[in-house]
Amino acid sequence: MALVAVCLGIYFLEHPSRPNAPRAAPADRALAPDFSLPDLTGQRLSLSTYRGKVVLLDFWATWCDPCREEIPHFVELQSKYRDRGLQILGVSMDDGPEPVREFYQRFKMNYPVVMGDAEIGERYGGVLGLPIALLIGKDGRIYSKHIGATDIAVFEKEVKNLLQK
Amino acid sequence: MKMNRIFKSGGILLTIGLASFVLISAASAFQASSIPTARLINSDDLVRILQSSKGEKPLMIQVGSHVLYSQAHIPGSEYIGPATSEGGLRQLRQRVGSLPRSKFIVIYCGCCPWSHCPNVKPADDALRALGFTNVKVLYIANNFGADWVDKGYPVAKGD
Repeated sequence: MALVAVCLGIYFLEHPSRPNAPRAAPADRALAPDFSLPDLTGQRLSLSTYRGKVVLLDFWATWCDPCREEIPHFVELQSKYRDRGLQILGVSMDDGPEPVREFYQRFKMNYPVVMGDAEIGERYGGVLGLPIALLIGKDGRIYSKHIGATDIAVFEKEVKNLLQK
Repeated sequence: MKMNRIFKSGGILLTIGLASFVLISAASAFQASSIPTARLINSDDLVRILQSSKGEKPLMIQVGSHVLYSQAHIPGSEYIGPATSEGGLRQLRQRVGSLPRSKFIVIYCGCCPWSHCPNVKPADDALRALGFTNVKVLYIANNFGADWVDKGYPVAKGD
């Protein structure tokens, strides 16, 4: 019993913030700020390009463990729902594109990644922790915001709901 | 024959167990959770030190990404780069190389929940290896936004 209690204690000390618990966005459903940022080839890419699609906007970095854990799930989600109108868009908060390019190949990422900066962080209310993922509806409005690693089932449920709207 | 099989199975299980232990140990070596509590400093204590008119002020070093630093950082702190990368560690060693080993240094990141932060542990290890004896790591439970900015502690922006 004591061993079980110690193990449980260690687990809860190691997982103090329940990283899988999403935090809902405000109910006013603000329009997602548009941006134009360079992708990994240097071409500029705008969020408005994807108006009419459901967009999962993922702020991440290659050195961020919880971000890395989410990427394979996002790759699966993109494959599964691409034809139904889902577009995942990664915004890397790395300091430069080199490690991102290598990571992109290694993880066989199948959605575009742009290089983020402080300005986009501020326009989205401050990206001061990673990962942060937003679900944006076909109307360009933000429907949810998830701070910290989030269970892929949560994203899939929200994506399905938004695709039906 | 039966005994041989039992020993063989036991050996395989033992090998798997040891391999798992080594892998888990290697992974946790980079995690902030393995930093002893005595080497941590909390936000209230750091702010008290910074706002006090007495005592030595620490050299504060942010060891996360520049994009995060540009958005918000502790006033007076310096950006070094993610200490999870060799480039970041190199810059850290260069920055502190000429300082007295008794210099009060505070390192912080806040990129991720504490148990997942890949940056503070390598930075702490590097400073200890260089012989610094007065290093503290700022404990940030969730991220810099939630645990520092949103709580109203002093913040600066830009480079």
